[in-house]
Amino acid sequence: MLEIRNLHAAIDGNEILKGINLTVRKGEVHAIMGPNGSGKSTLAKVLAGHPQYEVTAGEVIYEGKNLLEMPPDQRAREGVFMAFQYPIEVPGVSNAQFLRLAYNEKRKHHGEEELDPLEFKDLLKERAKVVEMDASFMSRSVNEGFSGGEKKRNEILQMAVLEPKLAVLDETDSGLDIDALRVVAGGVNQLLTPDNAIIVVTHYQRLLNYIVPHYVHVLAGGRIAREGGKELALELEERGYDWITSVDTSKTGAGAPAI
Amino acid sequence: MVTELVKSENHYQTAFRSIRESSPTVPWVELVRSGAIDRFEQIGFPTVRDEEWKYTNLAALAKETFQPAAAPVEFADANIARFAYPETKNAHLVVVNGFLRDDLSTRTGLDEIVAIDLFSAVADARYNKIARKYLARNANYHDNGVKALNTAFLQSGVFLWIPKNVKLETPLQITFLSDTTQAPTEPKRASFPRLLVVAEENSSATLIESFVSAGDGSHFTNAIAEIVLKDGARLEHYRLQNEHRNVYHVATTAAELGRASSYDATSINLGAQLARHDISVVMDHEGAECWVDGLYVGGATQHTDTHSVIDHKEPNCTSHQLYKGILDGNARAVFNGKIFVREGAQKTDAMQTNKNLLLSPQARVDTKPQLEIYADDVKCAHGAAVGQIDEEELFYLQTRGMNPELARSLLTYGFAEEVIGKIKIDSIRSQLDEAVLTHLHTRLEA
Repeated sequence: MLEIRNLHAAIDGNEILKGINLTVRKGEVHAIMGPNGSGKSTLAKVLAGHPQYEVTAGEVIYEGKNLLEMPPDQRAREGVFMAFQYPIEVPGVSNAQFLRLAYNEKRKHHGEEELDPLEFKDLLKERAKVVEMDASFMSRSVNEGFSGGEKKRNEILQMAVLEPKLAVLDETDSGLDIDALRVVAGGVNQLLTPDNAIIVVTHYQRLLNYIVPHYVHVLAGGRIAREGGKELALELEERGYDWITSVDTSKTGAGAPAI
Repeated sequence: MVTELVKSENHYQTAFRSIRESSPTVPWVELVRSGAIDRFEQIGFPTVRDEEWKYTNLAALAKETFQPAAAPVEFADANIARFAYPETKNAHLVVVNGFLRDDLSTRTGLDEIVAIDLFSAVADARYNKIARKYLARNANYHDNGVKALNTAFLQSGVFLWIPKNVKLETPLQITFLSDTTQAPTEPKRASFPRLLVVAEENSSATLIESFVSAGDGSHFTNAIAEIVLKDGARLEHYRLQNEHRNVYHVATTAAELGRASSYDATSINLGAQLARHDISVVMDHEGAECWVDGLYVGGATQHTDTHSVIDHKEPNCTSHQLYKGILDGNARAVFNGKIFVREGAQKTDAMQTNKNLLLSPQARVDTKPQLEIYADDVKCAHGAAVGQIDEEELFYLQTRGMNPELARSLLTYGFAEEVIGKIKIDSIRSQLDEAVLTHLHTRLEA
């Protein structure tokens, strides 16, 4: 489904990603972990098409197409979804309005008929159950005045409505208490099918107790420093990131001490 | 230059003499009118040298010869009802070029409300005392030539009297129509719509003023609305200005609030080539509350200017103000909001916000919120902001599959919605949603 080859990306001339290789197949959950500044959020944003990041080398093939050539909205309509670490507030636009517009844009893209507000209301009601959101959230402005947990749940609601083939969850666990984490993770698990795939970007292992990854990739210094199964996350939880970053630097021969 | 100005203003003098003959009135109104034309002759149109008119230049307007009407124009629009909202179809007054047209108006939903020609009210034994007390009281013509001109040309208008304890269930709409359908050979016209609203104790009503144009000719609309709320009265007031882009629209809304009264004003400015709206609320009785909100939207070369004054004279009054502006193309906007808290007006709660969204690099806004506080136990805050569409917001919407154009429309719509959303009349709200987007040449099927 997704093939990332030697991906380099920079922001304001500073190279953050320095050659990422990653293959994601249908039905898989991948966790991208790493210390602050390792480039994991950058990877998520590059996949979503954030205009501030410049891809300087490498390629990303998604469903046989060159993902990097598509503008962000086209990527979304083709089934790529990113749950934001800091979801944006859209004052004056109701959640229901927003979701219906997004949903219909995708329908149109795939040559399907748009849903009218009533039809959409039924669909929304059904999908809202996934993240245990009640109807009052639908008439409120998108994310406006939402708590941190509500915003994250709203992201997963959007995912439930848009049914992406590839979902990238950028630090969806940050700022969540344990109950909210359980709801959000539960929602994600319900949305996982044999036909889609999820990339979970996270600093902590905590979320991976709920969303169990098939593969864990640890980023350090803009590269994948270590890969393994879900047990790698547990090891990180126990030992921290230092041992990976030090292994990484010694491997590349830079000789810099671990920070 | 000076001679030219005086010369062009002379035609107003000539017109005034002719209306004095064609529309004689009671002596006190004669005095008001002649006092006003004298004042206009002294001060003329405001110029940019006047601080209050620094950014709004009326020189082009002053130079042109707009002919004040001396009588109602022939205007037989079979489809006049198109200007009414479904909610107001039984309570719809139509004023054409400043003249109230009973033949085009519908009054069945008015109950006990008196809504008659202001010019007849001043001579009517039942209402002349009220009219005399309040006419030209809040819209003082001495400081401003435009207001003086409106006052001088008082020949019709609307007198709206809401008796004590009467609660009007149906919103009342007054459509002020500028008939700009003159032939190229005919003179361009000036109209002077005038409204006096007196809401007696504990009454409540909803009033919609809508300013529209028939035709695409040039026109000068010079409107004044004076509003008096007695103790405990409530008025929800919508002012919708959507005149043709060849129209000069200069207007004043002046309200005084009684004890524990409530005035909720929302002013929407979409139309006209040049629109200036002065709105003032004087709170000189305790416990009054007002909302003075608005939205201005400008595109192409439109110029829109709002000057507001909220005057807290007595203790325990609350004012809320939110004005938003959306400017595209080469449009220019001015917002000047003054809040006075006079000595002794303790426990005043005043909040003022002006936010502007610029959609093009050429659009411009001059905003000046001003607070003058002479009391020490008050809660006041004000702020102004000018910004563009936020790139992160745009990206967020794009990652949800919306193309950049749709995303911009949605964000713009959302920006306006903070003001439009508070409108309690459904059909106005949806019409405005559409109008704002049409104005910005975008569409949104939401």
